[in-house]
This record gives sequence, structure tokens and C-alpha cells, in this order.
Amino acid sequence: MSSEPGTQAPQPADTGDVSAGAATGGGELREAGLWKDAWRQLRRNPLFLASSFTIAVFGLMAAFPRLFLWFYPGNSSPRSCSLSNSVGRPSATAWFGFDLQGCDYYTQVVYGAKVSMIVGIATVIVAGSIAVVFGSLAGYYGGNIDTLISRITDIWFGIPLILGAIVFLNAIGERGLFQVTLVLVAFSWMTMLRLMRSATIEKRDADFVDAARALGASTSRIIIKHILPNAIAPVIVYGTIFVGIVISVEATLSFLGVGLQLPAITWGLMINSSFRRILQVPHLLIFPGVFLSIVVLAFIVMGDALRDALDPRLR
Amino acid sequence: MSDSAKTTEPLLRVENLVKWFPITQGIVFQRHVGDVKAVDGVSFELYPGETLGLVGESGCGKSTVARTLLRLEQYTGGAAYYKGQDIFQLDPGEMRKLRRNIQIIFQDPYASLNPRMTVGDIVMEPWEIHSDVVLKSQRRERAKQLLDRVGLNPDYLNRYPHQFSGGQRQRIGVARALALNPEIIICDEPVSALDVSVQAQVINLLDELQDEFNLSYIFIAHDLSVVRHISDRVGVMYLGKIIEMGNDRDIYEHAVHPYTQALLSAVPLPDPTKRDKRDRILLEGDLPSPSDPPSGCNFRTRCWKAEDRCAEEEPDLIDRFDHGHPSACFFAEPRTAVL
Repeated sequence: MSSEPGTQAPQPADTGDVSAGAATGGGELREAGLWKDAWRQLRRNPLFLASSFTIAVFGLMAAFPRLFLWFYPGNSSPRSCSLSNSVGRPSATAWFGFDLQGCDYYTQVVYGAKVSMIVGIATVIVAGSIAVVFGSLAGYYGGNIDTLISRITDIWFGIPLILGAIVFLNAIGERGLFQVTLVLVAFSWMTMLRLMRSATIEKRDADFVDAARALGASTSRIIIKHILPNAIAPVIVYGTIFVGIVISVEATLSFLGVGLQLPAITWGLMINSSFRRILQVPHLLIFPGVFLSIVVLAFIVMGDALRDALDPRLR
Repeated sequence: MSDSAKTTEPLLRVENLVKWFPITQGIVFQRHVGDVKAVDGVSFELYPGETLGLVGESGCGKSTVARTLLRLEQYTGGAAYYKGQDIFQLDPGEMRKLRRNIQIIFQDPYASLNPRMTVGDIVMEPWEIHSDVVLKSQRRERAKQLLDRVGLNPDYLNRYPHQFSGGQRQRIGVARALALNPEIIICDEPVSALDVSVQAQVINLLDELQDEFNLSYIFIAHDLSVVRHISDRVGVMYLGKIIEMGNDRDIYEHAVHPYTQALLSAVPLPDPTKRDKRDRILLEGDLPSPSDPPSGCNFRTRCWKAEDRCAEEEPDLIDRFDHGHPSACFFAEPRTAVL
């Protein structure tokens, strides 16, 4: 008997101000304010703060290497090397020592950040865009379109990232930033596509999507304004972690000799040219290796923190 | 209202609406093994300014009727004429135009508002889709008026849905449905998810808006008392079919179909002395599977009046007592219900 006039319960929920209303709004609050709540949680998460600080530092290093060199007492030009300094030990004027060619190693390591950051971020942005577009189409339309896209994804999934990259990069003579990124994109979009597809399927039958349909909204409007903003979180989380993975794959490829080629300055190439002398001059391996590990770790930790913050079930 | 309304043309005429959901088996080669007959031959008319209630227990197809009428689901058979045009035969452009006239309010106010859009975006979205309804420069002002009309503070335009309670959210849903000035609003259990105290407010709001904007409602609910309060006519559904239809008094005081009588006898009574006097009809068994409905009359498996004839032929929904009160039962007869 809901329409009984006798029920005179206090109704702050419906007539009071918003804060009172929200307080009685029920358990759905968290999911509704996903990004805001996530940000509130992330702001207080030391792991997130540390990892984003680290990524910011390496981002600056990639964009403006001179920022990290103007105060440097040693040789701050990566291309002016003197063989007389070959494999010199770290010292006050050459913090990380010198490599085989007598180049200042600190300067080299700083300049090496650029390739890693660009390859990592560009690969994930391009592969992520492919994944978001085709994943949401497959998830939204279902049927034959879904079957086609999903089966292609499954087949592509059979090729491991590193193996595929080695095979294809071997076939390319000139390997620059662009070629390496392209090949990495080609073998790294699949997981993100699957995430996007399943998140889209989850949202496509939501009432608010039906409401938009009932209003006569076009398919593109429904996907872009209603489904995408509600379905993209898992891809963002995975993409962040994946930047770290791509950076390590790029270093691996350079190390194996199928990534970027000399005279490019990359951490992978530095590790490649120093690992045979690991016992005699360990610093040549340690410095680029440590920088690489820190960047990779920072992205993975950041992705983890994002996942914890964005997944309401983990709260 | 319904008596006078019947002299005019119906706004919406639904004829023998059928919606079956296929059941398939297999992963690669899907085999069609049957159908869930969610809606199986529903006909009704909706007159201007009228509220038609649709009641029935969960799974009887009420919501599917609503979703199919709005073409959120593809129809299987039948026709639905809006001012003479068959909704199901319209091309996408015509359908878009028609959507201005038929809107929907959903059951769950937590699921029906996009959590990433502000209240303003939600209420103004209809005008972005149908951009000639309200000029761009006037949209904010109109949105504020709408919010004010449904009983929300107009300054809430920039807030997000999760900052509101269930009742407030449902008001936002009402504002969105009103934005295009529709003639028909399909209310799909608009208050079932709300607190009882808030239900009455939303129902009263819908009632006021009906007079103000000259709206016709198709009001779907499983709560008979809510439907009685707002409806001019009521259709009772069972397993995808309307089994009795009539005005408020026909259904609530002179129900003739055994299922309607059973439903009414389950309505809680506020007066305990009356409650003791009433004899309840307790239905046996469960709702049969809509993928394999009983032969003949759908209700016979749970009916205390069922005879052999009920299994052999299907009773039509026809006026059996000349009162303009059709029922689908061979043994329809009034029963003195205490309500």
C-alpha cells in the first residue's frame, strides 16, 4: 500500500539538500563516482605518488635531457667521446664512468630515457586506440562483427610478443623508433581489445544505454558518450602496466640486436655492448639496467595502484 | 476518464503483439531449439490523457511489452499503431521522429542514469539528439525549469547522479522523459525500486504531470495498489497474455478471471478486521515456463476451476458480461472480493 496517505515518514532523502540525499542514497555511491573516488584514494596512496613521481622524472628526462645535465660537472654531450677515457671508472667528474668508446656514461644513460619512454608510451597509445575502437565495436554489435574481430584476435594471440617482434624486425633493414614501435603495436593490441570488448558487453544493455536508445541517439553517440566512459577503466589500468612491459621488451629487442641500431642511444643497446665485460666493468651494465628496472617498475606499480582504485570490489 | 476517452481515437493501438526470444544451443553453429514466449499476443488501446496499468507477476512479459513498443527489442509479430502509423514498420528516420512522442521511465533509478554525465547533460541530451526542439542558447534555462518542475533544485544541474537519492534520481529520469514533450510515457515499474515513503511522492508527481502536459501513461507495475491509484484502466497479464482488462472498478471490485481474483486476494489490507474476514486464494505451483506454456488456457495448471476444456481450447479475451470488461476465461464470474 505504497500510496497510503497515512505514511508520514520523514523524507530528507527526497526534499533535503543533496548532501543529505547522497547520505541516504545507498551502496551504489562508490561505483557511480568511480574516477573521483579513485582519485581520492590514489592521492593518499604512497605507491601511486612514488610511481607517478618517478614516471614524471623519467618523462622530463626523455623530453628535456639537458635538465638533468646543466649542473653536471662532466661531459654533457652524448656524442663527444674520447677513446682515452675508455671504460673509465665512476668518479666525481664522471658519475657513472665512461663506456668502451670513452663517452660519458651518465650523459648516455640520461639520453637513453627518450627511446624507452617514447616507444613504451607510443606503442600503448596506438595499440590501445586500436583495441578501444575494435573492442567496443565487437562488444557493441556482437554477432558476425564480434566473431570476425574476436577470431582474428585469437589467432594473433598465438604469436608471442617477443617472438613476433624478433621475426618481423629481423626482416626490416633500417630499424628506427618508428619501425620498432610499429612492430610492437602489431603484437600488443590483443589483450586490451579483449578487455574493451568484455567491458562494452557489460555496459551495452545497461538501462542508461537503453534510455539513450529510446531518445533516438545514434550508435556513435551511444558508444562514445555512454559506453566508452563507463567501460574504459580496465584498458587504462592494463595499458599503464603494459607501458612498463613494452619498455622492457624494447630493451630486450635492442639487446638481442633486432631493436634500434647504433648510433641510437638506448638502454638496451648499452646493456648489449657491456654484458660481455660484466666482471671487468660492472658499472656499464648496472647503470642502464637499474634505470630500466626503475621505469618498468614505476609503470607496473602505477597500474596496480590504478587497478586497486578503480575496481570497487577491492575496496 | 476512460469512458469519455473511448469516444475519441486511440493514441496507440497494439494488435496481437508477439515477442519471442529464441533459445539457441551450440557455440559455432547455433541451433534454434525453442523460444521464450515472453509476449504472446497482446492487444490493447491507449487513449489520449489516459493511464493504462499493466500488472502481473515477475516474468509475465510486462516489461517486454514496453521494450518492444519502443523498439529496444525487435518485435516478433503483431503491430502497434501510433496515430495510424505502425511503429514496427517505420524506417530509422521516422522512428527517430516518433521517439519524441513516446518516452520511457525505467525501474532502477541507479542504473538508468549514466554515472559519467551531470544531471544537466542527462536532461539536455534529448535536445542534443533532437536539436530543433530547444535552441542551444535556451537549453540550460529550460533544463532548470524542468528540474524545478519535477521537484529538484535547479542548481543541481552540475551534479552527478550518485550525489542523489533514489527518489531524486527517479525525478531526474522523469525530467529526461519529459524533455521532448512526449504524448506517451511508458513507466516501467517506476517506483518498485524506491522506498515506500518516496513511492507516493513520485506517483503524485506523475499524476500532476499527466494533467499539466496532457500525457498518456502505460504504467507497468507488480503492485496492484500502486496501479489502482494511478490507472484509469488496468490490464492483467499472465505468461505473456492479457487475461483481463477493465477500468479500476471492473478489476478491483468485480474481477471475473480467477487469476485476477487470486492476485487481489493477496493484496495486503490495512484493516485487520477485514483481513480476517477475507478468504485468500492460494495459488498452487509455479509460473509455468514461458518457453513451454501449457496448452489451451495458460493459467489452467494453477487454476481451481480448470476443466478438460481449458486444456483443449484457448479462451479469447472477450467481453463476457457486456460491461466493456473483457476477460479470457471460460468460467469467468464475479466474486465478492473484500478490498
